Amino acid sequence: MFKSIKLRMAITAAVCLVAIYFLIPTLFPQIPSPWNEYFPKEKIHLGLDLQGGMHLVLEVDTEKALESMMERSANDLKESLMENKVRFRKVERAKGATISLELTESAGRTVLDKILRDHYLDLEVASSTPREGGQTVVLKINDRRAIDLKKLTVEHSLETIRNRVDQFGISEPEIVPEGDNRIMIQLPGIQDPERAKNLIGKTALLEFKIVDDENSLDEALRGIIPEGDIIAYGLRADKSTGQKGSMPYLIKNKTLLTGASLETAKVQISDRFGEPNVSIKFNSQGATDFDRITNENVRKRLAIVLDGVVHSAPVIQERISGGQAQITGSFTMDEARDLAIVLRAGSLPAPVNILEERTVGPSLGNDSIRQGIMATLIGSLLVIFFMIIYYRLSGTVADLALIINIVLVLGVLAAFKATLTLPGIAGLLLTVGMAVDANVLIFERIREELRTGKNIRLALDTGYSRAFITIIDTHVTGIVSAIFLVIFGTGPIKGFAVTLIIGLLASLFTAVFVTRVIFDYFTWNFNIKKLSI
Amino acid sequence: MELIKPGIHIDFVGKMKYAIIFSVILTIICIASVILHGGLNLGIDFAGGSIIQVKFQKDMTADKIRDALKSTRLEKSIIQQFGANEFLLRTQESFHDQKLLEENVNKPLTAAFNKDYEIRRVEIVGSKVGIDFQRKAIFAVILSWMAMLAYIAWRFEFRYALGGIIALVHDVIIIIGTVSILKMEFTISILAAIFFIIGFSINDTIVVLDRIRENVKLNPRQKLADTINMSINQTLSRTILTSFTVFLTVIALYIWGGPVLHDLAFSLLIGVVFGTYSSVFISCPIVLFFENLQLAKLKRKK
Repeated sequence: MFKSIKLRMAITAAVCLVAIYFLIPTLFPQIPSPWNEYFPKEKIHLGLDLQGGMHLVLEVDTEKALESMMERSANDLKESLMENKVRFRKVERAKGATISLELTESAGRTVLDKILRDHYLDLEVASSTPREGGQTVVLKINDRRAIDLKKLTVEHSLETIRNRVDQFGISEPEIVPEGDNRIMIQLPGIQDPERAKNLIGKTALLEFKIVDDENSLDEALRGIIPEGDIIAYGLRADKSTGQKGSMPYLIKNKTLLTGASLETAKVQISDRFGEPNVSIKFNSQGATDFDRITNENVRKRLAIVLDGVVHSAPVIQERISGGQAQITGSFTMDEARDLAIVLRAGSLPAPVNILEERTVGPSLGNDSIRQGIMATLIGSLLVIFFMIIYYRLSGTVADLALIINIVLVLGVLAAFKATLTLPGIAGLLLTVGMAVDANVLIFERIREELRTGKNIRLALDTGYSRAFITIIDTHVTGIVSAIFLVIFGTGPIKGFAVTLIIGLLASLFTAVFVTRVIFDYFTWNFNIKKLSI
Repeated sequence: MELIKPGIHIDFVGKMKYAIIFSVILTIICIASVILHGGLNLGIDFAGGSIIQVKFQKDMTADKIRDALKSTRLEKSIIQQFGANEFLLRTQESFHDQKLLEENVNKPLTAAFNKDYEIRRVEIVGSKVGIDFQRKAIFAVILSWMAMLAYIAWRFEFRYALGGIIALVHDVIIIIGTVSILKMEFTISILAAIFFIIGFSINDTIVVLDRIRENVKLNPRQKLADTINMSINQTLSRTILTSFTVFLTVIALYIWGGPVLHDLAFSLLIGVVFGTYSSVFISCPIVLFFENLQLAKLKRKK
């Protein structure tokens, strides 16, 4: 390859120095101030299984997003039809993401088509069946728009979750999309997994609705629900016992205002009981709307509904024009703080389901690091001793290459900001076992050549060149099988494959190139009669 | 030091008959075990479910924990010792709702053992993810076999490649069979070990095949059976040495690597032993078999 031994020594030294350079922050966490500017800042990144933390995979329910979009379209369409004086019996969202609509006169169809063409480009007619005096039309969202909407929903969810996690203050979170509708979240060092899950998974859809006090709640509970109303439940904490029960409300289904109109939300402590509540401030449009709504509904009760649960339903005493309101509901301090965060970050456009959850406590992580390092040290020492016993001085050369190999793997991990996991440490140790393979191949071959009576330099030459082809083949197959594990594996196991791949690549350099430099240096510069192999 | 003396001449080819019989029986036992157990006992990564790792400060037995969990939804969970006073609770259910976890684990444990315990790890996988993952894993293993087949066929000859691949399939079946016979859970760590062994076993095979190819070129007149025997003997010391160094590291992993790496280290141990055996005793006879097949065909044509 390279004839000049000086050049080859320089390459070896340079590679080692670069690897050590990237390892400096890991080895010496505190470098005094004028010097630390010359070194990289990144330590080797430890996986969640080593440092503790939480790994979540969420699935965004994009179907639900389509359904609620159709729900809104159905309501809008109803109004459009009325404006255009089309007579219909009902317009409602039907099963899945479709709208079913019954026209009571046949002339209505042409007007409907015109309305759809002019204002509802996303909708198309899925089927229509004639009925006496009219027809039933089923509308669906057109396919391309549905795909777009699903994609947007996932992007929007990702953005919202990022916002929430940022505001919650977790250092180095990782939030990335996975596949079509999944989101992978890694939160290192999290202490309270339940709280984190609540914060991330809450839809946080805030709605303001009017309580229907004109109709009887009791009758509604018996099943006679007035048109346009729904029954929603609220949590009611009994002040004396502290027990939480649920309390039904009859409210008008129409949403007057949502959390989308909020400018900000923050925690406040109420003066009277010292209880925390969440104070919200509307943006300018929201404030105008709130002003109008409160003005129109004085003396009525305004239900503040979060994710379908009525938090409170205060009576509107008078018109509220400041654009400010409070959400009360016997929160703990943490609950109030988290609610303020989710309201500020905005609601999720669709519900999310947790598909996968892995939480590792910091104490287990510490144990794993200790055991991993222990196994690696003992395993490496066993191999190192064995090589010295079996191959004597040549074994020492192979051992030197082995140590450089370990330094290179760690250096590459640090430089590329790859993650070191517990299986990754296992992979590093196995690399040690595999890396000496190249040297064993070479040494065995050299011994064979020496036995045929060749001199040392010729034996070295043939040994290296004959073994080289085999070494390439074994490395390629080893790397290919590890690549499959990187592609198909998940979580910490990927780290196993990653360190294996880096280790195999590094061993090509150390076991073949570096050891040859050392052998050449000694055989070229000293008159060696007998090779210690 | 030399473990294997240079002039060694063991008649491997003569013993291959017995090796093949041994391997066939072993393979049948492995497959039978998987079938008799009604498939593999899949870990939560493949089947969905929950794992909760609890460490107790005082001496604890699985029976005491089972008593404490009576009449909760974890009543029928598998309780497995996992290090000193440390246990794994495993159920099929996915406890995504934290309240369920609180209700079925924290409360009963606190009631029975005060606060003298620590939940160190919780892993919950939905069954949908598990089924996805099963499919992906099977696909990946088969694909990696194909990749190896293609690579060796390209670098050597197709019959060599076929010998190598059958040895790989043999190794994977034996790892899976051992897991099944010992009633271990088939976890993602074992899958990782399988991939490592695929890479490792094919290494050994390549070294032997490489030498066979070299020797065939050197003495084209020699009978293939003799060439193969010679090649195995020549590479024997390397085969044993490399397996030994890898074995040393795996042993270290098994003894000192801690309970989390136990599955991985154990299946690696099995894999290293059988991977070494199969590259000598399985892949070579198959190369020989195809050679004889070809010779027979040639004779018939004459």
